[in-house]
Amino acid sequence: MAGFFTSRLFFISLVCVVVAATLPLYVSGYVLGLLTVAFYFGVFAMAWDLLFGFAGEVNFGPTFLIGTGAYTAGILNNQFGWSVYLCILLGALASVVAGLVLALPALRVRGPYFGLTTLVAVLMLQNFVVVFADLTGGEIGLTIPDVITINAGANYWIALGFMTTSAAILYGLSQSPIGLVLQASGQDPVQAGALGFNIVKHKLAAFIVSAFFSGLSGALLVFYFGTASVGTVVDVAVGVNVIVSAVLGGRRTVLGAALGAIFLIVAGEFLRPTGELATFIVSAVALLVVLFFPGGFLGAALSREARS
Amino acid sequence: MLALQILIDGFAISALYALGATGFTLIFGVSGVLNLSHGAIMVAAAVAAWAAASVLHLDTYSGALVGVGVALIVSFATYFVVVKPIQNSRRIPNEEKEIFVLTGTLLWGIMIQELIAYFFTNNAKTVLPIVEGVVDIFGNRTPRNNIFTALVCCLVIGLLWLLVNRTRTGKAVLAASMNPRGVTLLGLELTQIYLVVWAIYGILAGIAGVLLGMFLGVSSYSVGPLTASAFSIVVLGGLGSVSGSLIAAFVVGYLETITAYLVSPAYRTIPALLLLVIVMYIRPQGLLGRR
Repeated sequence: MAGFFTSRLFFISLVCVVVAATLPLYVSGYVLGLLTVAFYFGVFAMAWDLLFGFAGEVNFGPTFLIGTGAYTAGILNNQFGWSVYLCILLGALASVVAGLVLALPALRVRGPYFGLTTLVAVLMLQNFVVVFADLTGGEIGLTIPDVITINAGANYWIALGFMTTSAAILYGLSQSPIGLVLQASGQDPVQAGALGFNIVKHKLAAFIVSAFFSGLSGALLVFYFGTASVGTVVDVAVGVNVIVSAVLGGRRTVLGAALGAIFLIVAGEFLRPTGELATFIVSAVALLVVLFFPGGFLGAALSREARS
Repeated sequence: MLALQILIDGFAISALYALGATGFTLIFGVSGVLNLSHGAIMVAAAVAAWAAASVLHLDTYSGALVGVGVALIVSFATYFVVVKPIQNSRRIPNEEKEIFVLTGTLLWGIMIQELIAYFFTNNAKTVLPIVEGVVDIFGNRTPRNNIFTALVCCLVIGLLWLLVNRTRTGKAVLAASMNPRGVTLLGLELTQIYLVVWAIYGILAGIAGVLLGMFLGVSSYSVGPLTASAFSIVVLGGLGSVSGSLIAAFVVGYLETITAYLVSPAYRTIPALLLLVIVMYIRPQGLLGRR
């Protein structure tokens, strides 16, 4: 762990964060808004990477955790008018409960079977939102009376601070002994168990941590947008974007996932003039990365550094 | 009369599901690949059939053939562009190939979907039915095309059964799904078996896609739901088990139809999803799956 603070990765990350923190001084509100969303997305992708890259659980339903957190926070604020911060906290806790629900099948089934269960969880949540439209706003979306702040710069700093803190915690966790045990239990549960590690406990912890950050980020995003809708926090397509971000940035790197998310959102914006082809181009680039650089951006960079 | 109507409508949609899921499960059984571009291939077939009829002014039979041909081409493209490079890659560890194939085919499916949306817009397209008109079955007016759809599906599945159980190639495919290494030891080329399977898959998905285009109509938005329904049917029946998929297809098809008729079309997919969750808990390997 001590080695990290002297490594090149640490200095590069530090420089990136410092540069990013000064951005509100000289870029437009439009760019800030874009990056704010990208940072929240980065946390989604990092939380997903902890589950997939380390615990080895193929979670097709990151939006089940994100959506639960986002909608809980939104509904509490909408119905009872509780303070924003209380709602965000309760949203994150609801997401932890959702994470435990998701963890139950994960301890029984593996691989594609677990993947499908998570996908079903998302579809159920989506059906729930549509069926209980009185409570959730249905397909139109939920209006949220309060926002954290309307200042673009402040929102940006909150998002950046949140992403940096989450990245530090998740990265630290992944490099800690717990992360190593998780990695072992993901790759060979029988052998890891035979070495005396409690796999169930570690996996549950991974689900809880991942769910907590997903839900927290989802709740913050909702209070930034001022609305929660299926299309922004629940839809399978959103989950696909989270997965693509993590794989693109480099799985099992945590930090790479955030990089991938920022790239995905910024690239999508740059390609906006191409209209309908934007998604096609982003998917094609992602496929090329998957085929030719399976380690992702950060994976490729790190392995080059390791070699030299 | 409602019961009869549910029986008739449910049969056509179930037969379609069965056809779509059979190819999907065959590929998984033989090569361990879960092809998440499945829905995109079906929609590509339907849109090609539609375009052949309305843009190139071919008759409905040729249009359907064009659709199946396109599905076959896209199926081979999926294998050669996405699946084969990942399977042969040395940089991807073996235990992670599964997730890479999933991600790769998912992205490939999105690419196909976006291309269809770009060239043919997002609007729903209905392929002109091959058989027109309506018949009266004990007081229920049923489009002749529904009966035609059900018949074609049963016929194709019957032919597939003959192919797999009665021909040399088919037996090789069946053997490969049980034990790939054993097949190579017997001197059969595994890559050729893969090609055969992807060809069968392409034709099945193509026929299912074109029939779906006639039956319900498709748009580029149907890609995700189609993949999800095939995936859940196949898991419900047991991955790799063709007969399990057939049973599961009828269970899901009828559950959806009954819910749509008796409760509300809005809740159509919910009971099937619940059933899936219950089966996953009680019998994770699916109805007829083997571990």
